[in-house]
Amino acid sequence: MVSLIAKHALSGQAPLALQDLHFQIEDLGPITSIAPFNGQESALNAVLEAGHGLRFPVPNTSTQQAVAKLLWSGRGQAFLVGVAPDARLAAHAAVTDQSDGWVTLGLEGARAEAVLARLVAVDLRLTACPVGASLRAQVQHIPALIHRAAPQVFHIMVMRSFGQSAWHEVSEAMRGVAAR
Amino acid sequence: MRLSCPLCGPRDRREFYYYGSDDYLNRPHSDPQADASSGGWSDAWEDYLHLRDNPAGRLRDLWYHEGGCGAWLAVTRDTSTHQVFDVALVVDLKGKAGS
Repeated sequence: MVSLIAKHALSGQAPLALQDLHFQIEDLGPITSIAPFNGQESALNAVLEAGHGLRFPVPNTSTQQAVAKLLWSGRGQAFLVGVAPDARLAAHAAVTDQSDGWVTLGLEGARAEAVLARLVAVDLRLTACPVGASLRAQVQHIPALIHRAAPQVFHIMVMRSFGQSAWHEVSEAMRGVAAR
Repeated sequence: MRLSCPLCGPRDRREFYYYGSDDYLNRPHSDPQADASSGGWSDAWEDYLHLRDNPAGRLRDLWYHEGGCGAWLAVTRDTSTHQVFDVALVVDLKGKAGS
């Protein structure tokens, strides 16, 4: 039996710190997409409450219980991150492991908003994008899920194959902001 | 041009992929017996595939929010003033008359 070695899409990438800005790879643990079947939303919510203490998020938001988070990720879909999914969810939703398919980049700092303003055509200021917000947008032209984990912390999730490009775009924008 | 996605909110037009007229929502029914004699072709299919209105004014067409939530949208807009009247989720139109 061949033993496969898991390799991160950005393995070996060192964190980048420029002045107060900090950029690094985040490990959110397991990532599972949860897409409720038609008419199963309330049954799914009951299982989510029982198994994870979470409710399915409304668009552009997330719900959290300790390390478990449910991030809205598109129409009729959310990503469960941090914990393995309760087996009972599969009766009410399409449950798909996405752990190796996505790369999460963490951007932290008082000027993180200014960095992302160069890349994302959505208002990410705290008033329009509160802590917990989880929205789909493009980083340059890369489809991404942007989650505000804390007032000065953004998690940028992109598909694995875009990891290197997303790292490049954000780090270049960081250099631009830091040079001002 | 900006479209207000019912899920994501107002977004730039570049996040959206244009598909075409909302005629695509009205796919003709297939009738196996009638198809056997006509070879599957009918005036309804002719209309569905080839005939489009080209109004200077209000029209509804389909857009895909590929840079966002991945929803199909029915956008009602005016081709002469560029005003956008309404953006609706196609999934919510399912089963409604005339959609």
